[in-house]
Amino acid sequence: MTPLLVAAGALVGAPVRLLATRLAAGRGRDPALGTLAVNVAGSAVLGVLLGLGDVPAGVVALVGTGFCGTLTTFSTFGADVVRLVAERAVGRALGYATASVVLGLGAAAAGYALAG
Amino acid sequence: MSARADVRIASYASGGRVAYLLAALGGALGALARWGVAEALPRDDGGWPWATLLVNLSGCLLMGVLLGVLAGREPEPAWARPLLGVGVLGGYTTYSAFAVEAVDLTDAGAAVPAAGYVLVSVVGGVLAVAAGVRLARPR
Repeated sequence: MTPLLVAAGALVGAPVRLLATRLAAGRGRDPALGTLAVNVAGSAVLGVLLGLGDVPAGVVALVGTGFCGTLTTFSTFGADVVRLVAERAVGRALGYATASVVLGLGAAAAGYALAG
Repeated sequence: MSARADVRIASYASGGRVAYLLAALGGALGALARWGVAEALPRDDGGWPWATLLVNLSGCLLMGVLLGVLAGREPEPAWARPLLGVGVLGGYTTYSAFAVEAVDLTDAGAAVPAAGYVLVSVVGGVLAVAAGVRLARPR
């Protein structure tokens, strides 16, 4: 049952992430801003979910491991940084990496605090 | 490195609405693989997050390989980025678990391991993508 719930959450998370990067690119922004947005949002939701403490395991599999895990991504984050460096935008690469860490961890901590 | 090659390191999918379907299918496969790794490497409360670190670093390496391979394809197959990049590798790796685990380590009073986890994940992930691109890029 658990793998089905993980897959079901992922079926929603991945297209939402694609939509976010396309929305950013469609407004003439760097698509990395879309990745940043979903990574921060997914970290906040997972923080709330795990902060609640008494959430059923099935909900954690569906919403946490499946949806939040797949809405967010580390491989595209890493590829974004490498691409920005290759485009000689080292300052933006550092800013993007710093913003991802500060806002992502901040969102997870805020989610915990909100739930706890 | 030419400007054209630089642009093609981008990991995003172009193409139409079918990209959403490919991303969903790939994402489900990637998430199942991530879940399998987490089942195989369970983490104690406040313990070092080996499973997340493993999927994120190996996923970054594979993303670099994918982007390096695609940089040599003209035209590149339209399904490759949405299915494999956005989908499989996007779903296999995760940021939310990384963020929550880093906060967990900090809350457990393990500030130094927490900082180390963040540093190893971020610097290691970026270097893994770069290494993958170099491995796969046609000479």
